[in-house]
Amino acid sequence: MNGDKLPFAITLDPGSSLHNHTGSWRSERPVYVDRMPPCNNACPAGENIQNWLFHAESGDYAAAWQALMRDNPMPGVMGRVCYHTCETACNRGQLDESVSIHAVERFLGDYALREGLVPQVDAPPSGKRVLIVGAGPSGLSAAYHLTRLGHAVTIREAGPMAGGMMRFGIPKYRLPRDVLDAEIARILAMGVTLELNTKVEDIDAAFAEGFDAIFTAVGAHLAKRTAIPAHAAGRILDAVTLLKQVELGEAPQLGRRVIVYGGGNTAMDVARTVRRMGADDAMIVYRRSAKEMPAHAIEAQEAEDEGVLIHWLRTITQIDATTFTVEKMRIDADGRPQPTGEFETLEADTLVLALGQDADTGFLTRVPGVAVARDGVVAVDGQMMTGRPGLFAGGDMVPSERTVTVAVGHGKKAARNIDAFLRGGQYEKGAQPELAGYDRLNTWYYDDAPQSVQDQLSMVRRQSGFDEVTKGLTEETALFEARRCLSCGNCFECDNCYGVCPDNAVIKLGPGNRFRIDYDYCKGCGICATECPCGAIQMVPEQA
Amino acid sequence: MLKQIEGSQGIAEAVALCRPQVVCAYPITPQTHIVEGVGVMVKTGALTNCEFINVESEFAAMSVAIGASAAGARAYTATASQGLLFMAEAVYNAAGLGLPIVMTVGNRAIGAPINIWNDHSDSMALKDAGWIQLYAETNQEAADLHILAFRIAEELSCPVMVCVDGFILTHAFERIDVPTQEQVDMFLPPFDPVQMLDVDNPYSIGAMVGPEAFTEVRYLGHQKQVDALEVIPRLTAEFQQVFGRAAGGLVRPYRVEGAETVIVALGSVNGTIKDVVDAERDAGNSIGCVTIGAFRPFPLMELGDLLAGAKRVICVEKSLAPGLGGMVASNVRMAMRGTATPVYTVIAGLGGRPITRASLTTVFRAAAIGGLDDVTFLDLNRDAIAGQIARASRHRHSGPIAENLLKALNPGLVRRVSQEGAKP
Amino acid sequence: MTDDALQRVKFYQTGTQTVGNRLMDADSRTVQASTDRSNAITSGHRACQGCGEALGARYALDAAMRAAGGQLVAVNATGCLEVFTTPYPETSWQIPWLHSVFGNAPAVATGVAAGMRMRGKTDVRVVAQGGDGGTTDIGFGCLSGMFERNDDVLYICYDNEAYMNTGVQRSSATPPAARTATTPAVGDAPGNVFGTGKNMPRIAMAHNIPYVATASVADLHDLEAKVTRAMGIGGARYIHVFVPCPLGWGSASHDTIRIARLAVECGLFPLFEAVHGEVVAVTKIRRQVPVEDYLRPQKRFAHLFREGHEDRMRVEAIQLMADANIRRYGLVDAEDAK
Repeated sequence: MNGDKLPFAITLDPGSSLHNHTGSWRSERPVYVDRMPPCNNACPAGENIQNWLFHAESGDYAAAWQALMRDNPMPGVMGRVCYHTCETACNRGQLDESVSIHAVERFLGDYALREGLVPQVDAPPSGKRVLIVGAGPSGLSAAYHLTRLGHAVTIREAGPMAGGMMRFGIPKYRLPRDVLDAEIARILAMGVTLELNTKVEDIDAAFAEGFDAIFTAVGAHLAKRTAIPAHAAGRILDAVTLLKQVELGEAPQLGRRVIVYGGGNTAMDVARTVRRMGADDAMIVYRRSAKEMPAHAIEAQEAEDEGVLIHWLRTITQIDATTFTVEKMRIDADGRPQPTGEFETLEADTLVLALGQDADTGFLTRVPGVAVARDGVVAVDGQMMTGRPGLFAGGDMVPSERTVTVAVGHGKKAARNIDAFLRGGQYEKGAQPELAGYDRLNTWYYDDAPQSVQDQLSMVRRQSGFDEVTKGLTEETALFEARRCLSCGNCFECDNCYGVCPDNAVIKLGPGNRFRIDYDYCKGCGICATECPCGAIQMVPEQA
Repeated sequence: MLKQIEGSQGIAEAVALCRPQVVCAYPITPQTHIVEGVGVMVKTGALTNCEFINVESEFAAMSVAIGASAAGARAYTATASQGLLFMAEAVYNAAGLGLPIVMTVGNRAIGAPINIWNDHSDSMALKDAGWIQLYAETNQEAADLHILAFRIAEELSCPVMVCVDGFILTHAFERIDVPTQEQVDMFLPPFDPVQMLDVDNPYSIGAMVGPEAFTEVRYLGHQKQVDALEVIPRLTAEFQQVFGRAAGGLVRPYRVEGAETVIVALGSVNGTIKDVVDAERDAGNSIGCVTIGAFRPFPLMELGDLLAGAKRVICVEKSLAPGLGGMVASNVRMAMRGTATPVYTVIAGLGGRPITRASLTTVFRAAAIGGLDDVTFLDLNRDAIAGQIARASRHRHSGPIAENLLKALNPGLVRRVSQEGAKP
Repeated sequence: MTDDALQRVKFYQTGTQTVGNRLMDADSRTVQASTDRSNAITSGHRACQGCGEALGARYALDAAMRAAGGQLVAVNATGCLEVFTTPYPETSWQIPWLHSVFGNAPAVATGVAAGMRMRGKTDVRVVAQGGDGGTTDIGFGCLSGMFERNDDVLYICYDNEAYMNTGVQRSSATPPAARTATTPAVGDAPGNVFGTGKNMPRIAMAHNIPYVATASVADLHDLEAKVTRAMGIGGARYIHVFVPCPLGWGSASHDTIRIARLAVECGLFPLFEAVHGEVVAVTKIRRQVPVEDYLRPQKRFAHLFREGHEDRMRVEAIQLMADANIRRYGLVDAEDAK
């Protein structure tokens, strides 16, 4: 524009170097990618945690909740009872402390209940009917997802109330019933038919009723027993029955001193429950040490905080009325308990056995093609289908870790496979992106921010009642916690690439639209990839 | 207004009348009085809208002027001798960027040996830096040339060096007709730069230019000088109209009509030469002289015309091109290419040595009878040279030449100085 | 925790140190995060891949442009920055820009500032810039003069610790032991000498000018804050920006910012601000590292880490320099000190 009047060559028009396309220098090109965040990868329910945290970070809790609801119909429940493997996997744990994902999930769950949010369902009716046997977490999850996929769902539950182990296995102080009831009600309100006190005994008959597929998720309720020589047996109960009785208000008198036998989460739940029921001496006897116990450490800790006495490395060898002879054990090189020949005695009025449960799947043994193991566990294939076409199974009755989260994940997985089955195809899981491990991150860019602490109920009230022990986060702390997310492997629009490019070769596309590389000028230096905090840029060799 | 003032003060007042906006000062004899004069005027408020910047070196002085000029301001500085060489890189740069800076050079010798007195070694060293070089003959002209210089510089976007003989002009008190502000304003319009740093039109000044365009840039620099051969006479004529007296110009002949011998020289020595010419004419010798007013651009055609009828040309030069002789003569020969007229060089006045009428008369007469070498050193003390050459041939470590020569020329003085110097 | 700190930590920990942050209000983001940034240097320049100076110059000048409301003029010393931005027939500059010679940028800037003032353009601000050679060596005299006169110029030195444009020769900013073309890694004392150093920021401070700061391309927020502060002050100001050179340092082109960060975190390049000759603020080291972490990724120091012939003595000597900085500027809080 100035060319004519300005001195030749020594004076140049502004920005004229745009004619020089330096992209031709490049031997590698940066490419935006979405990698798998470790939290998502570790979630048994398949939640897209990073995604819903992203929405929560900006304070759009409704959007966050909707994103969460795509995978999990019960965030209020999950935020309370999930053992959050996501947090164990969380990369932030290597930086300071992992993000308290469960606490944010719980906040979102409670927020949705408070605000009356409902999931967005937009699939057209498929005309297919699906029967779900069992209204536990797996069945409810399957019902929810199948409904979202357009199918008509009926749940038949043998018991008087929906919820399964969420209601009859997890005490109120961990999962208040109003939350559970509301989240179940929200599923039912989507159009799911629930038939209580209806035990399904005949699968073929059910198919004959016109169901196009059946998903069984009856759980594992049969308490395992153990043989203990007893001269004069005192009161001996099993954990599942006791917890169910407590839930139904039918609990028997237990006495002042109670021994719970076992080292799982149920044992902890029972010991803490009996403590609340008035037992002064709530004891746990477990044959191995804290290191080997199946219960989560936090559960044991909370039990001990509440005054539960845990006798580690003990087996009960004999019962004489209220006197329990226990043998000391030691852990051998293989991690197994071995008797030592040393004995001692404990006094207790009641013994509660918390030794695990078997699945009550007798009704399936008659179905041709269905394989049922001795402990009642039913075999399923990769599509969660039994040997009987159209008959699917999930939750505690199939081989897996028995947690609510796994059960909910089974429900989702089964729903997707049932949906594919009903549509005459097979569900194909999309290609899994590469994991966004800690080494993919440039953690410099995240500020130091320790985890927020959830308040707990006072000890007196924890020892005397069933009020919820762990408090929820306030909005402020939930937001804080959400914003601790590193967004591993997924662009969170921090503008780093846009800022650090020495060649101005990154184009910012505006909020929500991320960025684009201008390959006309990108020299392929790779600074954007190195300085991307979350590892969402990959350098790819240029083709000749 | 007529004033009996020092040459430097006359220049300072003329510069001030040109309304410079940025003046950079760094002291070096013999130009110092000029910037001091401007500085006083800025400080007293006699010269307004002007920043007077005391810099830390001549290199900085020219650099500040470059910045100011590129910012669209009228910039001025002055220097001499070592200072001009110290800023040499920036001097070339100002011309390369086409910045119409005006700079006074108070001509002075270059060391070693260090010498503060007048000759033209400094400006001659930078004759090809791309600047227009004007040489003043008198104090009046020294003042007037600055007014012309700004006009020429800004019309051509080319810096102009006004060369003024150190001490002879800068320190001489003479009557100077200092123009009025109205006159100067009439002659010199406000600075309208061809290019300047402008936030509304943010082009880049000072690009790196490679082989593909460098020659063209240089050609255009040369073309500016060629254009100046037309501009300078035109503005000189206009100057005369406005101020009522002649100043500047490319060449000024004096009694060259029919002259067999024509003397060519730059600067103040022309006054002496004219006296000699007058005396020789009176004595019946056919002689005239030409003052070169603009050494760059070099007025080839104008000079060629003036010298066409001469039988011999003698260049009286205040600088030496060692290993060749005279730079002026070399340039004059270019003006006389195609003729057989001999062009002699007389190296004179180096380091402030007086150029006497008698000595000039001697060499001019010698030339007329073919008794002059191509290169002659005026008043050269051959005994001193011979002594030093003999000493040097005897001993490799023969001592400092300058001191040896001084001893040879004035034994008493050297003894006295060294004795006094030895006192605490 | 103060309210301020609580606010900062509480709501923006997701990428708080990043260029931008969608959660922060626009005013708190960096200039570089904005699509309205001036891009003082635009695309198509001929800097090497991963050039720290190209980045540092855009960072600094875009911030200065914002601070000056677009009324900015830049003067450039000869050097990489000048050469890679303005080879005829193209310039990458989008602001008025002037290059004169190698050693005179501060003086030229003085002239520009004076010229602008005299033309009544009092709102136009002047930035002069050069590399370490143009600043600490050949331009040193002019820079000192500009400081002493307290001319209204912000001088920015982009320090890549050698003459890169001419092919990696030693400058007075080249660190001890570093290999350059004129301090080859051979002989008994390979690389550059362990001299007394030439600390330009402290020399600037000795002039008692209103503002001196050091900055790094690794800390954009810090750099922009310093440029903005400098632009808010009149008189002579000096900012010394650390800009790694992948070519001259033998580092990976993608590591430019990482290496700059390590230089800060090990203590070799302290970040501080000084007003009228007194240090008034330092940027604390966030995650302290030994100098070895910084030296190892650079081939110019490779001779210190030859397999089986590690030069612990020289590495230790460099560590002592870092330790001295940490003590002198208080870069590590007492309770965090190792």
